[in-house]
This record gives sequence, C-alpha cells and structure tokens, in this order.
Amino acid sequence: MSEAAHHHPALAHHFENLGEQKEASSLGMWLFIAQEVMFFGGMFLAYTVYRNLYPAAFAEASHHLDWKLGGINTAVLILSSLTMALAVRAAALGNRKQIVLFLIATVVLGSIFLGVKVVEYGDKFEHHLVPGAHFQFPGPNARPAQIFYSLYFAMTGLHALHMIIGIPILLVLAWLAHRGRYTPAYHTPVEMTGLYWHFVDIVWIFLFPLLYLVGPH
Amino acid sequence: MTTTTSPLIPAAAPRQRTHYLNANYGVLSWLLTTDHKRIAILYLVTISAMFFLGGSFAVAIRLELVTPAGDLFQSETYNKLFTMHGIVMVFFFLIPSIPAVLGNFLIPLMIGARDLAFPKLNLASWYIFVFGALFSLYAIVNGGVDTGWTFYPPYSTSFSNTQVLAAGLGIFITGFSSILTGLNFIVTIHKMRAPGLTWFRLPLFVWAHYATSLIMVLGTPVIAVTILMVALERTLHLGIFDPALGGDPVLFQHLFWFYSHPAVYIMILPAMGVISEVVTCFSRKRIFGYEVIAASSMAIAIFGFLVWGHHLFPAGQSTYAGVVFSLLSYLVAIPSAIKVFNWTATMYKGSIKLDTPMLYAIGFLGLFTIGGLTGLFVAAVGVDIHVHDTYFVVAHFHYIMVGGAIMGYLGGLHFWWPKISGRLYPEMWARVAAVIVFVGFNLTFFPQFILGYLGMPRRYHAYTEEFQVLNVMSSAGASILGVGYLLPMFYFAWSMRYGAPAPANPWGATGLEWQTPSPPVTENFPVQPVVVDEAYEYAKGREVTVV
Amino acid sequence: MSGFPLFPEQASTIAGRVDALYFFLIAISAFFGLLIATLVVVFAVRYRRRSPDERPKAILGSVALELTWTLIPLGIVMVIFLWSAEIFFSMVRVPPGTMDVYVVGKRWMWKAQHMTGQREINELHVPVGVPVKITLASEDVIHSFFIPAFRVKRDAIPGRYQTMWFEATKPGRYHLFCAEYCGTKHSEMIGSIVAMEPAAFQAWLQGGTGEVSMAAAGERKFQELGCMTCHRGDTEGRGPNLQGLFGRPVTLAGGETVPADEGYIRESIVNPAAKIVAGYQPIMPAYQGLVTEEGLMHLVAYVQSLGGNAGAQGGAGALGPGGASAPDANAAGASPATPQARPSAQPVPDQPRQ
Repeated sequence: MSEAAHHHPALAHHFENLGEQKEASSLGMWLFIAQEVMFFGGMFLAYTVYRNLYPAAFAEASHHLDWKLGGINTAVLILSSLTMALAVRAAALGNRKQIVLFLIATVVLGSIFLGVKVVEYGDKFEHHLVPGAHFQFPGPNARPAQIFYSLYFAMTGLHALHMIIGIPILLVLAWLAHRGRYTPAYHTPVEMTGLYWHFVDIVWIFLFPLLYLVGPH
Repeated sequence: MTTTTSPLIPAAAPRQRTHYLNANYGVLSWLLTTDHKRIAILYLVTISAMFFLGGSFAVAIRLELVTPAGDLFQSETYNKLFTMHGIVMVFFFLIPSIPAVLGNFLIPLMIGARDLAFPKLNLASWYIFVFGALFSLYAIVNGGVDTGWTFYPPYSTSFSNTQVLAAGLGIFITGFSSILTGLNFIVTIHKMRAPGLTWFRLPLFVWAHYATSLIMVLGTPVIAVTILMVALERTLHLGIFDPALGGDPVLFQHLFWFYSHPAVYIMILPAMGVISEVVTCFSRKRIFGYEVIAASSMAIAIFGFLVWGHHLFPAGQSTYAGVVFSLLSYLVAIPSAIKVFNWTATMYKGSIKLDTPMLYAIGFLGLFTIGGLTGLFVAAVGVDIHVHDTYFVVAHFHYIMVGGAIMGYLGGLHFWWPKISGRLYPEMWARVAAVIVFVGFNLTFFPQFILGYLGMPRRYHAYTEEFQVLNVMSSAGASILGVGYLLPMFYFAWSMRYGAPAPANPWGATGLEWQTPSPPVTENFPVQPVVVDEAYEYAKGREVTVV
Repeated sequence: MSGFPLFPEQASTIAGRVDALYFFLIAISAFFGLLIATLVVVFAVRYRRRSPDERPKAILGSVALELTWTLIPLGIVMVIFLWSAEIFFSMVRVPPGTMDVYVVGKRWMWKAQHMTGQREINELHVPVGVPVKITLASEDVIHSFFIPAFRVKRDAIPGRYQTMWFEATKPGRYHLFCAEYCGTKHSEMIGSIVAMEPAAFQAWLQGGTGEVSMAAAGERKFQELGCMTCHRGDTEGRGPNLQGLFGRPVTLAGGETVPADEGYIRESIVNPAAKIVAGYQPIMPAYQGLVTEEGLMHLVAYVQSLGGNAGAQGGAGALGPGGASAPDANAAGASPATPQARPSAQPVPDQPRQ
C-alpha cells in the first residue's frame, strides 16, 4: 500500500494524494455549476420568449416590483459573496476564527436576503399579484402580466431554494471549521461551497435587472 | 511498478478467494456500499425490474393491436399503457442501463483506478434513481398516466385527469441520478487515469461514456426545469404553456426536445462503446480508425444538441427553422455512419469468433444501420411531414433503441458477465437467445415502417381494417422477442450458481479490466497498474489468454 | 396477396414528389444496408478464427478510406436534404387562387366550414384540381390534421392558426386521421376527405342546408359584439379601418410591419395588446374566452370579405405557423415599452373584465 504513513485524514482511499482529490472535487463542482446553468437556463429561455412577445406587459408588470428592495437584496448578496471569499481566504491562511466569522457573516447576509424576499412575496400576495385564481391586474395586459409573475415566482423561488439549501451547508462548514477541520493544506469543502455560493449570487445578478428593471423608471 | 503483463491467474472457483461479492455479507453491506462494482449490481437489479415492467406494458399493447377494434382494453387504459411503456423504458431503463451498470462497473477498472471519483455520490445516485422510480410506480399503481411519455401541454397541464404530477416528479428526481452519474464519470476519466494511460490510449468504451456524460450533465437539467414548469402550471394554473392564459404550447415542445433529443444519444453512445470493445476482441485486432471513432463520439454529443427541432416539423416553428434543423440532422448522422464503417473495417482480415457478444455486436451493426438509415427518412423534412407521428417513427426509434441500444447492452452484459460474476454463462443457450432476439425484433418492427408510410398514426388504440395484417405480424414478432429477452434472465441466474468459474480473461481481450481476477477484489488493483501499450494491442499477444 | 399495399394512393399533386424521394431513400438504404450486411457476413465467414493462436496484423486506419466514407455519405445526404427542402417549401408556400376552408379540431372531432357556410363534421368535400387552403385551429389541445393519401399533415395548435394547402388529383374518399395524441378518443378522431370532380363538387356545395356564408355569419357576430363602435367603415373610428385591410401590411406602434393575414386578425381579437397599430391607442378589450374558435373564423372570414389583398397569402417567411400570430415570428426589434404604449394610460370605461 502506498503512502500509508503520510495518509492525511481527509484523503479518500481511492485517490493517490490530496492534490488529485482536490482537483477532482473542483472539476466536479464546476460540472455541477454547469448543469445548474442549464437548469436555470430553461426558465431564462421562457422569460426571453415571453418578454419578446409582450414587451409592454412585462414592463408594466415589472413596475409593480419594488426595485429598491431588490436593489438592497442585490447589495446584500454581493456582500455575502465577499464574506464567502474572505472565508475561503481565511481557510487558506489557516485563521480558524476568521473562517467561522466570515461563514457566519455569509449566513446572516443570506438570511437577510431571504427575509426581504419573504416581505416581497407577502406584499405580492396582498396585492393579488400571485398567479392563480386570485390574480388581479389592472388593464388589458393582465394575461401576459400573469405570465410575468409566474416566471417571477418560479425563478426567484428556485433561486431562493438554492439559498435555503446553501445556508445549512454553510452552518455545517462553520461548525467543522470551529472544530479545526480546515487547514491551509486541506480546505476543499470551503472552496467548493464558495463556488456554489458565488454561482447563486451570479444567478441573482441576472435575475434582478431582468425582473425588476424592465423599462424606464 | 507493474506492466500490463500479469502472471497467469489460476481459474480458481470464486468462493475460494475474497473478492468484491463476498468481501462482506448482509443486506446493509450492499445498501450502504460505496464500491462501484456493488453499486453496479444494485442498478442491474433495479433496471432489470424496470425493463420487465416496461416490457409487460409492451406485451399488453401488442396484444390489443392484434385486432383493429379497441376490444381488449378501454381507451383510457390503452392510453395509459403506451404512456407508461414509454416513461419506464426511456427514463428508467434505457437512459441508465449501460452507464449505470456497465459504466459504473468498468470505468474504474478500465482506467486502473480503485473507484470512481465520488463513491458516496455514486451510491446517492442509485438511491435517487430508486426514489424517482418509486414515485413513478406510485403513479402507475394509482391510476396511471395517459399523456404519452412526451406529455405535451395543454393536454398534460389542463386536460388530463391522471397522475401527471407524480409521474413527472418521478422523472424529475431520477434525472438527478443521471446528472450525478455523468458528473462522476467525467471527473473520474479526467483525474484518475493510471500512469501511462493517455487520452488516446483509453478504451473507446470510456470515450463513449465521456461523451454520454457530457450530455447527461448538460441536457438533463433542461428537462428537469421543464417538468418543474409543467408541474407548477398544473397545480397553480400559471399559464406558461397554456394558450388560454397567453402561454405557448410549442415552447414546451422546444424545451422538452432540447433534452429529449440528446437523450437518445445518451442511449446509443454507450452501446457504441460496447460494440467497439466487442468487435476488437472478437476480431482480435486493433480497431480501425481509433481517433476517428473517439472524435465521432464527441461530435455526436455536441451536434446532438443542435437538432431538436426535427421533432417539430409539423408543429409550427418557422419554415426556415425547419429547414435548418433538417440540415443539422443530416450532419449528426454522418459520425454514426463513420463508426459503422470503421467497425466493419475492423473485421477485415481479423480473426473472427462468433461468440455470443459478437453475435450481438453483429446484430447491432445490422439493426443500427437500418435504424440510422431510416433516420435519413425522418430528417427529410418533406417526407417527415407525411410520416411524423406515424408508426414509421415508432419503427425508426425502436430500431435504434432496441435494435441498437439493447443489443449493445445485452452484448456487453454477456461480454463482461464472467468479470462481474466470476461465472461463465452457458454459451449455447446464449447464442440461441441472441438469434431469437434478432429474428423476433425484425419481425416486430420492420412491418411498422410499412404501417407508418401507409398512414397508421401512432398512439392509436383502434385502427382501420387495412392495417391489420401488418399489426398481426408485428405482434407475432413481439412474442418471439419476449422469449429472447426472458432466456438471459434465466441462464444468467442459473450461472450464478452452476456456471463454470471464470478465469481472469476468458476472451483473451486487452484492457486493464481483464488483468484482474474474475470477479475483482474490492479495491480492483492491489498494485497500481501502469500502461505501456496502445489500445487494443492484440498483435503483440501480451494479453493473458486462458482457453 | 393481391393489393397488399406498401404505400398509400397518390391523390395529390405533392404525393408523387414525396414518394419519389421516399423511393430514393429506400434505394440508398437498401444499398448501404446490404453493403454493410454483406461485408459483415463475408468477413465473419472468410476471416473466421482458424486456430487459437492467430494474431492478425493491426490495420490502424486509412485517411483515404475515412475521407471516402465521410464525403460520399455527406454528399448523398446533402442531395436528400436539398430535395426534401424543395418539397417542403412547396408544401409551405400556399399558391394563389385557393379555395379556403376553415377547420377546427375539438376533442374528438374535426369541424370544417366552407366559405359558403357549408359545415361538415369529420368529413371534408374538396374539388379535384383546385388548390385548397385550410386554416387550422383547435378548441382545446393539440391535434394534427393528417391525410395520408395527400401526404400532408399540420398540427392544430390552440391559441393560433396554422395554414396548410393541398390539391387533390383524383376523385375518391381518403382517410383523415388525427395524428397528435389528444386524449381518450384520439384514435376515433378520424374521418374522410371526399375529392370530387369540380362540377360534382359545385353541385354538392349548392345542395347545402341553407347556411349563411361564413362572411355573413361573421358580419352578424361583428354587430353582436359591438365591434363597429370603434371599427367604423372609415378612418374616424377609435379602431383601424377594416375595409381593404386583409392581406395588406400593417405598421405597428413599434415600427415593424406585419401582414394582416388570418392569424393576425384572430390575434387582434383575442389579444389586441400584442400588436398595437401605429397611431392608435391600446384600448381594445381582449375577447379571449368570449368567442369560440368558430366564431373567430367567421369574424376572420368577414374581415376577409371586406376586401384587401386576399390573393397574396403573405411572403414565404410568414407562412406555415399561421403567419403573424406565431410566437416565434420575428418580433425582433419589438420596442421597449415607451410611455405611449403603456396600456394603462387611457382605459376606456366600458372595458369588459378579464
């Protein structure tokens, strides 16, 4: 058996060394992100088709979204990507306290994002802008406006789901970091989660202008 | 450091050695395994069950179609039968089959690795597959689904009263199994090849799975999100595809076929990989045009993403889009044709042995060629207007999926059975079964080309009188085909107990998987192998031959 | 066995052309299929293993052969492609001087109506030697109008019009099948196309049940729904003048131009906000759900009867999927919302609710 004496506790038995394992993890995460792009892509395609067909209706429907809240959320999420990147950096430098700190900060910011979304969704519900039996939209553009809102809820809902999955992962990472699991030699899970989190952020950066900023304000 | 030469491995009975099958006992040792070989067996069991489920629906369909009137089942039931036949066969049998069983088992062995890159993810993939299958089984048992496996809206979103949601969820969940398997394969092939095993020394089976995995990873999410939108529309009446709410039902077709066309390449590329391995071994000769075949696999995967519109020729995409998709569909046919020529050329001046795997490979060459050639008919937009949604199309895709993919799967199962089980299957029965399958298949599906051109539409419960003779022929063929498929189930099971113990390399094949005992030990290679030969170096005579 | 057909009768002008390509494809397939089968069998026999230690020499490949069996098939498929594209263009380009018929698919029957008002269910009488244009719609799910003997087929898609045409060449009764699965009685949604000599067809048409013509029925509907409130017979109305409109190009608020074909008229009734004519306010209420597909066809026929460019069925590109109403029609350059295009600007008090 090779290298049993130098066996890093995190090294899986089917890899030769940590470097190979890390490269494998990295390629795997990039592939996962690629398929996520295709996943969201289907909805972006539907959005593109319908916005092209009903430009006026989409603009009008978009104006009922609160772009200030959306803007705040965008800033919050970008900031959370910063804290995530700082967590990865802390792991690379071996600063245990900072890893935990920045991971928690990312969780807090992500939670703020979700909280704002809850407020927004609640507001839509009150104003009868949730598609379905109770949908009400003034003016002749109600039908395509409902399509807009269907896509709004589907796309932001899917995005929010990705964050809801990400936050517990971040908490687990923070706990493991607190226990000293991550060192400069091995902190792959932090990096991979970082990739995932940045991806979720980038999806929002596309969603925000497409949903909130249609037409002049 | 070792080379690919190993000492002759004695053909000891499997139970006297420790190997992956007997390393641990107990149900939990199987259900919690991370050994890619055991996971492959788990998949083998589950997809075999799904195959027979889908096959029983097919039996029911062919029984009904013996008479023109819809007199065996009610229309609602018949519509559910063909829907569930399609769903089970496509999503729960064909798409996983070769990758999940043979790919999982063989890829680490073929590249000299101890396991796939992410073994726990591999196990998770199986559980996800089973979970999805259970959802679909729930749908089947609780009234069934009747939308056709393509579930076009608005019928599926606003009209059908059947278990559309459950079936859709089942497919959605199983899709992730496919994505994660593909992800696992790509990373494994990139990062875990043995020293000396460069890309162009890889077995073509590995190339085929690499190309397939690209499609699995990039294509499957699109159908996942499409199903999601259908589910949202059905439950919340959202109106993305419903014209009454301003939606577009043809948008669904574009999204659906954007995955489902590349899906057919997920089904055929692995089978082509099997054929490459079998034809070289049973011609005992290097493959003709290795780089060309490898490149063709990649070309098929890439071009396969560009042709989905040929499923929409009569449906209302623009004329020019139709013409462009027709052109691209012809371009994607060329790499497949090239492969057929290369395989045939491999046999030229070879040393041919017609053991069962080779019988399946030769059958594949014939049937896939016919299936591929009839693809030219349907790609011809002017002809497709006539044959679209008729039995011509049904015959075309069954030639490829059954005559091609399933022949590849069975050929591969037979070829690697000694390695997987440590036993030899009974050769005579296997050859008989292969011939029965070939004959039964042609009798079942060739008449359907004629039926289709005559105008018999697909998904018809009852049909007009003049189509009866051909339908009877087709149903007769199906009964023969059924016998052919049942036989392997029996003799494979028989061989587990009574089959002769298999040596490490019963066929005298090249490839790292044959350098291990049959069955292999759990960690595959006690010592890391190093590769010095090109692929299929039969001429040098270095493979271990025992026979 | 006498009369064991391998292909349907050729009963339209396009059928022979489709069959010719089909036979060519069969010939190519037979050639290559037999070629591969023969080679495989011959090689399997001729080069069968004669001794267990045989080791044939490796033949790695041959660039010449690869190029040959790439370029020759490529050439052949390009021929097939061009040939089939030509046939397809003929199928899609509706010739001038057609007899128009409106067909609605509805679970599970085909309802046809001639311009003279003659209605048919699951049957369609057509004259031989005259091109017939069918405007195809669906009340509910996707259906497909398939006439094997004519080699034509078109999907009937709810929410839009599709156009197809054919010219029968032989009198007779031919199968009509629904070819897109539409639910329980999909296989019972069948009928017949009855092609008659022109004189016989005229006689049949006249022996009708005294229905009013489609245009007359449309005029009645037009008045019933109050359309002339805004669409007066002049240019003073709040809505565009419909006289002489049909078939002519229309300039929209965003600057693009679309032909006023059947699909455009239908869309303007059910979803007027989709295309606002330049110079007009977006105040027309949407009639989605308030008019059946048949009612819509009558209205379209009425507008058609008000004159216009009925013979020119749009340029090549606008056809096939019902012209302007197809969502994939090139609405590129659709304007971003400009203030005057915002529909909520001036609602009209008597607008019906959605």
